[in-house]
Amino acid sequence: MKKKILINVAAICVAILILMFIQRLLMPKYMTEIPEGNLVEEYYDEVKKHDVIFIGDCEVFSNVSPITLWENYGITSYIRGSAQQLIWQSYYLLEETLAYEKPDVVVYNVLAMKYNEPQKEAYNRLTLDGMKLSKSKIGAIKASMMKDEVFITYLFPILRYHSRWSDLTQEDFKYVFKKDTLSHNGYLMRIDTKPVHIIPKGKKLPNYQFGENSYYYLEKMTKLCKDNDIELLLIKSPSVYPYWYEEWDEQMVNFAKENNLTYINFLEVVDEIGIDYSTDTFDGGLHLNLSGAEKFSLYLGKILSETFGVPDQRDNAEMKKIWDEKVDFYYAMKADQEREMAEYGYLKSYGAQAQQMEAE
Amino acid sequence: MLFTSYEFLAFLVVLFVIYYLIPKKFQWMLLLVASYLFYLVAGIGYIFYIIATTLSTYLASFKINQLQERQVNYIKENKETLSREERKEYKAAMKKKQKTWLILCLLFNFGILAVLKYTDFVIANMNALLDIFSVGTKLPFLRFALPLGISFYTFQTMGYIIDVYREKYTYEKNVFRLALFVSFFPQLIQGPISRFDDLKKTLFDEHSYDAKNISFGLQRILWGYFKKLVIADRLLIAVNTIVGNPEDYQGVFVLVGMFFYAIELYCDFTGGIDIVIGIAQVLGIHVEENFIRPYFSKSITEYWRRWHITLGTWFKDYMFYPISVSKSMLELSKKCRKWFGNEIGKRIPVYVASIVVWFTTGIWHGAAWNFIVWGLLNCLVILVSQECTPLYLKFHKRFHVADKLWYRIFQIGRTFWLMSFLRTLDCYRDVSTTFRMYGTIVTKHNYYELFQGGLMNLGLSVAEYILLLICVTLILIVSLLQRSGSVREKLAAKPMWVRYTVYFALFLAILLFGAYGVGYDSSQFIYSQF
Repeated sequence: MKKKILINVAAICVAILILMFIQRLLMPKYMTEIPEGNLVEEYYDEVKKHDVIFIGDCEVFSNVSPITLWENYGITSYIRGSAQQLIWQSYYLLEETLAYEKPDVVVYNVLAMKYNEPQKEAYNRLTLDGMKLSKSKIGAIKASMMKDEVFITYLFPILRYHSRWSDLTQEDFKYVFKKDTLSHNGYLMRIDTKPVHIIPKGKKLPNYQFGENSYYYLEKMTKLCKDNDIELLLIKSPSVYPYWYEEWDEQMVNFAKENNLTYINFLEVVDEIGIDYSTDTFDGGLHLNLSGAEKFSLYLGKILSETFGVPDQRDNAEMKKIWDEKVDFYYAMKADQEREMAEYGYLKSYGAQAQQMEAE
Repeated sequence: MLFTSYEFLAFLVVLFVIYYLIPKKFQWMLLLVASYLFYLVAGIGYIFYIIATTLSTYLASFKINQLQERQVNYIKENKETLSREERKEYKAAMKKKQKTWLILCLLFNFGILAVLKYTDFVIANMNALLDIFSVGTKLPFLRFALPLGISFYTFQTMGYIIDVYREKYTYEKNVFRLALFVSFFPQLIQGPISRFDDLKKTLFDEHSYDAKNISFGLQRILWGYFKKLVIADRLLIAVNTIVGNPEDYQGVFVLVGMFFYAIELYCDFTGGIDIVIGIAQVLGIHVEENFIRPYFSKSITEYWRRWHITLGTWFKDYMFYPISVSKSMLELSKKCRKWFGNEIGKRIPVYVASIVVWFTTGIWHGAAWNFIVWGLLNCLVILVSQECTPLYLKFHKRFHVADKLWYRIFQIGRTFWLMSFLRTLDCYRDVSTTFRMYGTIVTKHNYYELFQGGLMNLGLSVAEYILLLICVTLILIVSLLQRSGSVREKLAAKPMWVRYTVYFALFLAILLFGAYGVGYDSSQFIYSQF
């Protein structure tokens, strides 16, 4: 009897291990395409000691370079960004981050305020699949699910990705256990250029009022930061697309005023930052390229350092050791991308698909 | 709650656990609650129909039983005083009263079914007639929502009341037990259509935890999901592409559609029944088999003895026999013998009963001319086949091929394709399109398109075709093994590691290759809306 129980337990364990392996195999790896799918989970490998945490959508993970902040101001930062990160996802990612570390400042890019409801399952996946199982993840899933989505498929992604069995590539096998790091503390580097030809005028909207749900989570985020004695800085990153309406800006100004927060719309100071949209964006104004991100980070770093008093950690030996490695990786990737541009005339690593997805 | 939904699986797990934890005497009550809960999820409004059927049947069965008891008691009490004639007269009067209750019950319940299911069909036909006579007005459609499984539970319940009337068994005194018989959730959606005396043997019993029963039941459930999710719902994509675009897919593609639909329907319907029987088995309840390897049939008559068995026997017991031996039919037969001779005269009742049964079978499957024509064509083939029996006998006497393997395979293939042709009427939007597509098989010679990538345009990839080939082969092998006894019993005799590997492989196959989730529209079981 005892033997039979042991055999059954062993059989169940083997079955679970096989299922776990298959699940890992079937999940998209995002190594050569849609690298932003990796951003959320890369954080877990990080030494979690950051003075600044960025949260938000592509306007943070494409526009802010933590390495520039480090090199110029000694600011240790991490971007917990992801593609079309909705505000409730930002809130739960922040909640999860605060369970690991306590930064001095949290910077939130407010573009996602325009989304009051979940938008697309594919984007939900890019943010939520990478999160480790926690109360925050469950909250994020519940808040993010579209009507036809099923909760359990987030807990057991094999139920979502099972049909990839016929699309498996070498990449899926290669990265089944360990994936490469693609970002620089959450920043996705792009050195290519696609200039902005026309600065857009926004189409008239029937209603400019941000939704209740967006405000609910912004208030929660504000409270979370206050409860943890963290400064919350609201920003609108200097991307010209999607169009940022004056009416939206006004609402953010008012919210910041009412809640005693700082809100900066960097679109109003692009000349001061020195951004040139003919050279500093890789997709016609949606996202900044490396040149633009470095200019913006230089400007933002000054504010963080001088106004918010974020300390310079360059004399901290432990930090210096960690960040020296990051700087090396940063420049190696930059060199690699320059090589690719010279060799192919385009970036092979970050293909057209990633751009398209973001553009959507 | 679809059988293929996560909610249903969670519902089952919770039910199984509670079922074996509570005192056994409450088990059937739990099933009743679970069945009504299952039904409520489909729509709160629907519950009134099933309650109406249950209560009306209970009332009728109670009254019929009361009359039967009164008759027995009266005759017993007046045994000495009543003459044979008086007794007969009394019995006839009582039977008439019982019949009134029976007919009221049948009219009420079949009336609900008819109104909900066929009103719009009648309106559509009336509108067509008004069009012909250029009346210029159209009757509006009423678009009644069809309660879940109404065709199944109505037939099952009406079978019960007829049996009570026929004194096959006594009525169920407990209205809640009757309610469970009517609403037992696994078979509510797509059958089988159980008989009360069969199902009650285990439905209301107290069941102890039985590892073998549970293991066998779970295996059967897995096998059902395998057929449904891995094969049927995958083939559905190709079938829908073909039948949904009749202008683009003609000739050889009509044959491909027929073949795929034959496999899809088999896996869908038998898969559903496997799940039903498996769930019941886990609960310790025995539900009748509804299929015995129908695609191994050598004739269409045999096919209908093996396919949807419980519907076939229902029609046989409650419609075919009553019609063919009815007084009016016997009189008709007598007249026909006089007019057309003995041979033809004695067949007339069978012909009439067959036509009525097949017309009803057709319309039971759906309120559309497709189904009626399908039913009548089945009838035609069966009757022609019966008429040709002497010819077959002569042929077999002359050529001695009946026992030859190749001839048996030929017969199986012939029946398979014949049934596939008829079944195509289910698929296309109307009868004329179906016949036009039949025509293109002969007129459009596009067989070469199959070898020029035509199959690749049906929504399935090469990998999926290979998968389907492997899975269908597996089903064929299992079906062959079944002929010499239960496959699960055979598997149970194997070493533990073999058994566990098979169970896990089956589970994994469903998990990985099942056509569910994003990108797939895991469809309802085809029979669930009949």
